[in-house]
Amino acid sequence: MEDLRSIVEALIFASEAPLSLDKIVDIIGMTDREAIVDILKALEEEYANRNGGFHLSEVAGGYQFRTRADMASWLRKLKGIKPPGLSQAALETLAVVAYRQPVTRQEIEKVRGVDVSGALRGLLEKKLLRMLGRKNVPGKPIIYGTTKRFLEVFNLKDLAELPTLREFQELQE
Amino acid sequence: MSYAIKLDIFEGPLDLLLYLIKKNEVDIYNIPIAIITEQYLNHMEIMRSMNLDLAGEYLVLAATLLNIKSKMLLPPEEKEEGEEEQPDPRAELVRQLLEYQTFKEAAFNLGQRTLLERDVFKRGIVPEVKTEPEEELIEVDLFQLVEAFREIVSGLKDEDLMEIDTEKMSLSDRIHEIMERLSVEKSMHFRDLLADVHDRRMIIYTLLAILELMKMRIVKAYQTHAFGPIRIFLAVEE
Repeated sequence: MEDLRSIVEALIFASEAPLSLDKIVDIIGMTDREAIVDILKALEEEYANRNGGFHLSEVAGGYQFRTRADMASWLRKLKGIKPPGLSQAALETLAVVAYRQPVTRQEIEKVRGVDVSGALRGLLEKKLLRMLGRKNVPGKPIIYGTTKRFLEVFNLKDLAELPTLREFQELQE
Repeated sequence: MSYAIKLDIFEGPLDLLLYLIKKNEVDIYNIPIAIITEQYLNHMEIMRSMNLDLAGEYLVLAATLLNIKSKMLLPPEEKEEGEEEQPDPRAELVRQLLEYQTFKEAAFNLGQRTLLERDVFKRGIVPEVKTEPEEELIEVDLFQLVEAFREIVSGLKDEDLMEIDTEKMSLSDRIHEIMERLSVEKSMHFRDLLADVHDRRMIIYTLLAILELMKMRIVKAYQTHAFGPIRIFLAVEE
């Protein structure tokens, strides 16, 4: 058991992208998913209790070590990078796609009331959005959806973790 | 006119309208169209006088507002027996505003999340360093690409073009193929892309695919000197 726990920890530590449960089970070649789930929970707890500079978090359908949010200013110094700039236009476009996907550019523009080609291009370059294909209507417009990278960047386990639109509507009333 | 005017750049006409509704503390379901329209037009005037780039969408909404205003000035048409009541001319606009407001909230909420590389960091990501290729590159424009395309086509023997390929191939298939090759090879010559292609439709699809990808800024086309070979690059590195 202790051994298995170390393996799981090592796998997550060395993985580039969030490591999914499926992948871990696949690598270890064990069918007892529950055991792995227990180990993941235990690890998550262990790092949380340790209260160190980083912790294990469940994100984008997998597990990843991440620094604590209150360490951000130090890490920005280390990386020497500016935080990724997401403009209001980019965020609004992203929100429409996240909730309405698969969605065409025209459909996004209808909601936002402005041209969104620039915002779309930026989001595609940042790999937060991707082209899913074309809609089977005249003109065959491209349809867009969010990526795994979107979940990773916005700290989401999956799309269902987003608050529902209804919650925002109620907020207005 | 003695109201303060906010000169922040609005996200668009709907954003400006929402701002005016909030500022006047009026009910979104019962917008006093005359007042709001006047203020909206005033804002447009000021933005224009400041040389702010006024997108056409602002004009479209101005026209919509004026249209609603004129409809509301007309006395309600006399109802005939059994006829349904006239819909509120503002209804569609209200629906649009509410929808936009909802997504604006959703966008705000997204921005408040714990963002990777802003609030939290993962292990060992190297900050993106743009590695400039050694040779200086000239970005290729549409005309040069079309010229290269013509050259390739004119270099083909006539019988090559007679082939009729019954296999159905779509533009998006070709885009995917090119993207796959590019993700492996990182860059390639435009000519190589067409090297093993003899079917006329396929050649055209290849050109269209490259144009489409360039338009979406997914690939870039460069050459080292005028009339030199054109290379296609992925615009964004993995």
